[in-house]
Amino acid sequence: MTTLSAGRERSRGDARAHVAAAHKGQGRSPLLRITMLSLRHYWQVAIAIGATIIAAVLQLTIPRLLGQAIDQAQNIFSVSTEGAQQALWTTALLLLVVSIARGIFTLFQNYFAESVGHHVGYELRLAFYDKVQRLSYSYHDKVHSGDLITVGLLDLDGIRIFFSTGLVRVVLLSILIGVGAYMLLSTDVLLGLLALSFVPFVAWRSSVAQLSLRKTWLALQEKLSRLTRVMEENLGGIRVVRAFSGQKHELDKFDAASVDALSLAHERTRIRVKNTSLMTLSFFTAMGLVLWVGGNKVIAGEISLGTLASFLTFMTILQMPVRQLGMMVNSFARASTCGNRFFAFIDAPVDIKDKPGVRDLAITKGTLAFNDVDFTYAGATHPTLTGINFSAAAGETIGIVGAPGSGKSTLAHLIARFYDVTDGSITIDGQDIRDVTLDSLRTKVAIVQQDTFLFTTTIENNIAYGNPWAKETRIETAAESAQLHNYIMGLPAEYDTVVGERGVSLSGGQRQRLSIARSLVLKPAVMVFDDSTAAIDAGTEHRIRSAIRRYAKDRITIIIAHRLSSLMHADTILFMEDGKIVEQGSHADLIALGGRYRALYDLQVRPIEDPEHREVIQ
Amino acid sequence: MSSINVDDESDSATFPGQRPPRATVGSAHIEEEVFGKAYDPRTVRRIWEFVHPYRMRIYLSVAAVLVFTATQLAIPLIIGFAIDAGMTQGGDTTNLVWAIAAFATVVVLNFAASWVQEKQVGQVAENVLFDMRRAMFARLQAVSLSFMDKTEVGRLMSRLQGDVNSMQEFLETSVISIGDLVLLFGIVGVLLSLDWALGLLTLATMPALFIVRIFWLPRAKRAFWAAHETNSATNGAMAEGINGVRTIQNLDRQHVNFDLYDDKAWANHKTQLTGSKYAQVMVPIVDTLTGISMATVIVVGGSMVLNGGLQVGVIVAFLFYIQRFFDPIRSLTMQYSIMQRAMTSGRRITEVLDVPVSIADKPDAKTLTGDMDGSVDFDNVVFGYDPKRPVLKNVSFHVNPGETVALVGPTGSGKTSAMALVHRFYEVQSGAVRVGGFDVRDITQESLGEQVAMVLQEPFLFTGSVFENIRYNKASATLDDVIAASKAVGAHEFIARLPDGYDTILEQRGSNFSLGQRQLLSFARALVADAKILVLDEATANIDSYTERQIQKALETLLEGRTGLVIAHRLATIRGADRIIVLQNGELIEQGNHDQLMAKNGLYARLYTMNYASFDDIPDELVNSVSEEKGRT
Repeated sequence: MTTLSAGRERSRGDARAHVAAAHKGQGRSPLLRITMLSLRHYWQVAIAIGATIIAAVLQLTIPRLLGQAIDQAQNIFSVSTEGAQQALWTTALLLLVVSIARGIFTLFQNYFAESVGHHVGYELRLAFYDKVQRLSYSYHDKVHSGDLITVGLLDLDGIRIFFSTGLVRVVLLSILIGVGAYMLLSTDVLLGLLALSFVPFVAWRSSVAQLSLRKTWLALQEKLSRLTRVMEENLGGIRVVRAFSGQKHELDKFDAASVDALSLAHERTRIRVKNTSLMTLSFFTAMGLVLWVGGNKVIAGEISLGTLASFLTFMTILQMPVRQLGMMVNSFARASTCGNRFFAFIDAPVDIKDKPGVRDLAITKGTLAFNDVDFTYAGATHPTLTGINFSAAAGETIGIVGAPGSGKSTLAHLIARFYDVTDGSITIDGQDIRDVTLDSLRTKVAIVQQDTFLFTTTIENNIAYGNPWAKETRIETAAESAQLHNYIMGLPAEYDTVVGERGVSLSGGQRQRLSIARSLVLKPAVMVFDDSTAAIDAGTEHRIRSAIRRYAKDRITIIIAHRLSSLMHADTILFMEDGKIVEQGSHADLIALGGRYRALYDLQVRPIEDPEHREVIQ
Repeated sequence: MSSINVDDESDSATFPGQRPPRATVGSAHIEEEVFGKAYDPRTVRRIWEFVHPYRMRIYLSVAAVLVFTATQLAIPLIIGFAIDAGMTQGGDTTNLVWAIAAFATVVVLNFAASWVQEKQVGQVAENVLFDMRRAMFARLQAVSLSFMDKTEVGRLMSRLQGDVNSMQEFLETSVISIGDLVLLFGIVGVLLSLDWALGLLTLATMPALFIVRIFWLPRAKRAFWAAHETNSATNGAMAEGINGVRTIQNLDRQHVNFDLYDDKAWANHKTQLTGSKYAQVMVPIVDTLTGISMATVIVVGGSMVLNGGLQVGVIVAFLFYIQRFFDPIRSLTMQYSIMQRAMTSGRRITEVLDVPVSIADKPDAKTLTGDMDGSVDFDNVVFGYDPKRPVLKNVSFHVNPGETVALVGPTGSGKTSAMALVHRFYEVQSGAVRVGGFDVRDITQESLGEQVAMVLQEPFLFTGSVFENIRYNKASATLDDVIAASKAVGAHEFIARLPDGYDTILEQRGSNFSLGQRQLLSFARALVADAKILVLDEATANIDSYTERQIQKALETLLEGRTGLVIAHRLATIRGADRIIVLQNGELIEQGNHDQLMAKNGLYARLYTMNYASFDDIPDELVNSVSEEKGRT
């Protein structure tokens, strides 16, 4: 067990402060926001930029020193041999020092530039994760989870590397090209122009290439994900494929997706190869021109051989960074689009959150009331719930039935405030659920959902998900009540067996039972079963019900089910149709009423020869 | 039941500022490290099989890479020559012209060679990647279901994707490595031949770099691996936070998860920085060694020039070579890791390619045509997934053309296995399964599939339009056929209401449809397949009564005029069957229609009178007690 406050290193800072910082600058341009986030680490930014400048300047002195050495070796100043030797020693020593220093400063430049990026990346990860957890169901209903993952992975990466591959490189290139050009042109204008002549061409080609590579990369990813889907579905649905002898059909689907992806991959290779070859050609052409013109100038006595050599080495030094200019341009383009998407997500308004100054929910008697509740989903024209009125006291069980789409699950979701009511109110012990903290509400209202999400961890951690502080005995009791304990004890590592995506897979019924156990650990005041026993057989369901009934006296139980045997015992049954409660009463009342509930009952329970047998299920 | 009181407050105290004991985010799964042998002749042979079709292009690119390397070696030499052959004040320009002409030739060659080499290698590597993937995919279409039952989809996918990618990387870098190797030896050779003493002195730094890299590489690799690990762990936790967001909010775990995620993200941050350190530390080392070499050339070479023992152009050439000669060392040491990775991947790919195809068509297999009678026979069938533990023991029965037979029995009685055998998903141990009078082993699997349609318990749909899903591989089916089938099973109504009707794209395998609707779509698919025999595994999950009724009606339509074998769970279906076959523990214990079986008063009658809406609802212990009772009588 780690202690937060003590275990937290100073450099890590306060996680909440990082999240707050990521939200600053709403409405500003993404590049500005990334720069602002980078500047929070001003010391590292200063070191990175300072080191970049020094390294670039040192780099530029190397051709000079080499040229000087060539001239000294020829002893063109005609000093004594010892003097010339002395001069060579000095130049060599200087060159060594400059090389080492350049290496060290480049190390600082790269390391601190990456470090700034990693810090920003870390902080934005936190902000992203926090936002995902805060946004309500209505946001997650709209946005595809795959798209969110793209924002959190790829877009965040595009932002993270902006400082090192974008901003720092601007500094590097401006100095190398700017100061370099000044040095060359001040030595010899014509030769300088020739030496630099490849720069605009390479800069242009490399930018064009990078931008079109990025575009085709995105297209290729899309094709590849289609291919992945074909393969995944084929393997997952292999029985269907075999059942319909669809192997050839599947291979055709595979080939279609594959050919598309392959031709795009070839296209990308073509773009890359064409541009790199052209860039090299233009570089060597410029070098040839410098050699030709420079050679003639040396012969004419206008410049020294050392000067020509320094021009040539200068060109080789400049070649790489200029080629990478395209990456810099790409880095700006990528950071801008990625930043736009990422910050749009971070800035998305959270519609369900604590009002300022609200208190925790206080459970006194344990009553729940729906008061004239209307609800319409965002963007929908038709209301999903209208005029819902009912109340329940602790110890009571409410059953809800109705056709699919009649609003049963929506009603359940409103109790935990996954959505806010459009009109009317929901109160627990007289407190409007919008006037209490979300945390206190959701620990008191447990909803056992239709689909159980399993986390890839031990079965014990999965059951204790809502209360990871729970003691072992409590987890076991919950599993026993949910009729899952015996199954767990039969697993290889019992409660420590890992389940979920990478672990033991559970059947639909087992997942639902696990979900029930999860809710039982919470000790909720309101427990809602949202069609969560559909995959559990009636016998097991019956045993679960009798096991949890012992603890249900202080709790409201709401059961939504298609199988009437699941909720016939409820104190009150609500029959829903088109978002309204159309019949309400006990099983006996509703049977006597002879309405829709009765019709459903007749439809579901087969005519039986001997009515006594029906008692078996109850 | 435990005697512990669940409502005891004391057992759930929280400790602010601490991590709870039972909480994690993301999975704790650690990927195996993939560094093994760097050369495995068997694997290389298998890889070569895939390269073989493109061998001419590979030879071409190897030739191109040699030319390319030669031009790289030549350029400093030409510059050196230009300088020494007359580039002095008042010298002759003839040689300069020659030098420039040579330079231009070399540059053009360089351009052409680099274009050819990179393009050929890049595209061949891509081709090989896709070929390998296709070969694996095609193999998986043919291997028996017993293999697929045992193997996780995720593991296969990582072979189809990750492993082929490292093969591609390997192929691309291999050819380039040949160039690097030649370049390295070329530089050494040229330097020594220009001036062996100066060459040796200059090259003295090269072993130093090798030694440094030998020490650096394993440590750096560990650091990079750790960075990769923590990064995927953090990303995994993030994906879990997105996919499980509803459950997380439902159980109010956001705060705990945020802290746990922070731990993971921070751990990742630190390993990333360590990785950066390892990557960057090489920069000053290489720069220092370069500096030493250049200083050596200047002092020693310069003195030689001063004494007239060496021409100055040689020094210029030396200085050019020095700036290049650490590059091949860097990429060659990297190549070692790439080869290790490739051998591991290659082995894993071969494993998939070598999975035996246990169920193959006989060479003289006949085609099962639509005019066969549609009967199904089980003739003393013995079958087990594990041969020592048979699931079906001497099962024999005959299904008449057009008859509907319901198979019933408790879980594990062998119903599903019997169904799978009709389609020859598995091979019988002894006895025979006959369709239309033909042993399924004597006919082609494809024609068998055309005559036997199957509806599985879990409706599986593919991404694509509703139309494509219903038609599936019946390419001859038109939109009208699909609509007619949908109408027949009662799916047309809800399909027509969809925004794009039959062109509506199913999201994530039909998750935008209810279970009942997916069931109806899979019925329509079976109807379009228009097979003589229908094998159907009825869904067990509880569907709302409205859809349920529709499914029952659809089932009737589907079975009309067809031989039907139904694993029935619902009493309505069972009662509607012409004949009921009761299986228990792999044995056929009774058969007959409902009334006959009721009169017999056996297992079926006892289960039926228990009055559950479905046989699957009967608790196991009740089933067992009934059969025990039966065993006693």
